[in-house]
Amino acid sequence: MALQVHHHTFANGLTLLLERMDHVRSAAVNFLVPAGCAYDPPEQTGLASVFSNLITRGAGNRDSRALTIAFDSLGIDHSESVGQLHMRVWGSTLARNIAPSLELFADVLRRPHLPPDELEPVQALALQDLQGLEDDPRGKAMVEFRRNFWPAPLGQDKRGTPESIERITPESVQAFHRAHVGPHSTILSVAGNFEWPALRDQVERLFGDWQGEPAATLELKPALGGQTHLEKDTTQTQIAIGYASVPFGHPEYYDAMGAVQVLSGGMGARLFTEVRDKRGLCYAVSAGYQTFKQLAGIVCYAAALTERAQETLNVTIAELRRLVDGITDDEVQRVRAGLKSSVIMQEESTSSRAAAIASDWYYLSRVRTTEEIQNAIEAITPGRIIEHVKKYPPRDFTVLTLGKQPLVVPE
Amino acid sequence: MSFHKHTLANGLTIIGEISPSTRSVAVGFFVRTGSRDETPSEAGLSHFLEHMVFKGTPRRSALDVNYDFDRIGASYNAYTSEENTVFYAAILPEYLPQAIDILADIMRPSLREEDFTEEKKVILDEIGMYEDQPMFCAYDHARKAFFAPHPLGNSVLGTTESVGALTPKQMKNYFARRYVASNLTCVLAGNFNWDEAVKLIESQCSQWSTGDAPREYRTQATPRELLTTITKEKLNQEQVILIAPGPAADTKERYAADTLTMIVGDDTGSRLYWALVDPGYADSADLSYHDYDGAGAYFGSFSCEPEDTAENLAIIRAILTDVQRDGVSNEELAIAKSKILSRIVRGSERPMGRMQALGMSWTYLRTYRTVDEELQSFDAVTLKDLRDVLDKYPFDQLTILALGPLPSLTAT
Repeated sequence: MALQVHHHTFANGLTLLLERMDHVRSAAVNFLVPAGCAYDPPEQTGLASVFSNLITRGAGNRDSRALTIAFDSLGIDHSESVGQLHMRVWGSTLARNIAPSLELFADVLRRPHLPPDELEPVQALALQDLQGLEDDPRGKAMVEFRRNFWPAPLGQDKRGTPESIERITPESVQAFHRAHVGPHSTILSVAGNFEWPALRDQVERLFGDWQGEPAATLELKPALGGQTHLEKDTTQTQIAIGYASVPFGHPEYYDAMGAVQVLSGGMGARLFTEVRDKRGLCYAVSAGYQTFKQLAGIVCYAAALTERAQETLNVTIAELRRLVDGITDDEVQRVRAGLKSSVIMQEESTSSRAAAIASDWYYLSRVRTTEEIQNAIEAITPGRIIEHVKKYPPRDFTVLTLGKQPLVVPE
Repeated sequence: MSFHKHTLANGLTIIGEISPSTRSVAVGFFVRTGSRDETPSEAGLSHFLEHMVFKGTPRRSALDVNYDFDRIGASYNAYTSEENTVFYAAILPEYLPQAIDILADIMRPSLREEDFTEEKKVILDEIGMYEDQPMFCAYDHARKAFFAPHPLGNSVLGTTESVGALTPKQMKNYFARRYVASNLTCVLAGNFNWDEAVKLIESQCSQWSTGDAPREYRTQATPRELLTTITKEKLNQEQVILIAPGPAADTKERYAADTLTMIVGDDTGSRLYWALVDPGYADSADLSYHDYDGAGAYFGSFSCEPEDTAENLAIIRAILTDVQRDGVSNEELAIAKSKILSRIVRGSERPMGRMQALGMSWTYLRTYRTVDEELQSFDAVTLKDLRDVLDKYPFDQLTILALGPLPSLTAT
């Protein structure tokens, strides 16, 4: 049962995608808007986050309360979240409620009230979010890791700082809306049991006359990298390790994914087996792949009690370096099975598919078919992964630790 | 969509719901056991045993278990609560035989001593992980304050000391006592062939020992009104938990209780949201309903700057008093129903979600409920049902616990 993807790019630059899923009752809507925190003015970091909280506090002809009641009455679970480059506005409900949902989202994106008297409560929430991060060792470690690992401003924290939050004004919020939220480069994806012609007509009506300039380009500063320890009186030591990889869409992308899966694809993968199962060093250890258009990285995470943290770091790094020494057929077979299952199971979820087709379009300007992904997964071999790892070896690690004692990165 | 049920001679029940349009199948073993079934010297044992189940059988080493699951691309895991331990996997339909083979095999684990010693270290690390999470700590303390001496107040993880003292012999005794066939249910949902699945399960599980695994104290807790402060100077925010008695899992009142908490304490659009989060007083605030075997409770929580805690607590209490006295509006009820309808439909679309719902319904009610029947039960809730549940389980008897930098907190 091949899923059908429809596509249309409107004259103003807005891209619309629909994946028709007729075996489900729900549908999901996903706007990928190029308004991430990397576009925050340096003096007002946290602005994108504050903005994303404000856009649902009244829009179109509804005030904050009326808008919430409208969303809730349609049974829409929704979120407005800020990433590094994009703001993601997401909603999921029954397919029959998608048309009225789109009306609400059009108001939220195009006609938010951004009421000045709501700014102070939103700033208060932003400050509490920052404070809460200090009580969350894992979250704090990852925020500080990203700051070191990615070229600025790609690694900056969406929360900003207490000082930068205080500097945000109603005018800067309005300016952010004008500068970054428009049709150009915005991708609207829908997945679920929905008719294409009706959807396209409705989106044309709601967004066809939306105007806006292309987003500004970012100037990147070189990443800091290196090793950092943050001293904190915690029970566990948090460990984050990162190194460069190839971006999504690169010819060796699937080989890079293969390498990550060999490390961390299932509970039989190397990190879980060597760090947790065989040595009992810690509960949580994993590796993941993160990508931007031009650059990507592999990020490993572990947390261990203070006395076992050094060995956890040693074993994790040793596993990264050991990849080039050999990978078995059996390992790659497990990798393929895991990747193929997840591709097919994703087709059961409208939310996953709405996000996936938007992501494909952003990176590749097209949506990959299930068959294409399956074939690429099938083509992963031990030899290909090893060749890839030789070309892009785990080295020049960015390491961040947080806990009672600093650790030594093994040579 | 069709439902099937079969019970083996030793008491193991198998239930399944077939939905041919899904692309996967989920299978799980629900064991009716958890921290409430532990003696004081066994604290943390149910959860530790859940880990040990993955450490191998006479046929499989720990590595084999993980490798075999990974070979079929399974999404698999397990969890332990106060009263259930659940092992599950979701796979593509062609791998169901292998998935059943592995899951059924590991439900009779070897519990080898050397694995026990190694895995104990992982559990102690997991306890450390949660020690660093203030909201989790607050919940654990608050549940104990509310329920104790009722065993639902027992900690699922146990403590460093209690887990440290556990022995393989204790675990084997607990296993023999709690993992008898009649105390387990095998649940399937998604795209699969029922007869084939039953044959596979029967061939592996019919030799399992049988017997009774009774549970004591299947009653409501008898909490006192209480306000406790736990001071952690190194924290920045104050976490507050409020608990009040609610209906048990096997009552019809649970639908009203669920609907009520949606109105009062959902994370958006609720009374708590408008009173605390919208004005920026607390960065999170919610009220939810938890149903247990023979007991039930409303759990409220919020986190905020320490100096605002007393004021926020007073706001929540005022809301609860208000709802207790005047109830809620027709409009609030209608909106809550829309949200519930949408969440149930979406949560049931994937076999993994549906399998969990089927398993829980069977565990508590011994009945099968279709998604539409469940929706109808919520749709039938009236303002009078909400009034009745409020009268029977008033909000005003609260166990409150605050954890954070505050030296003390007094009720206003």
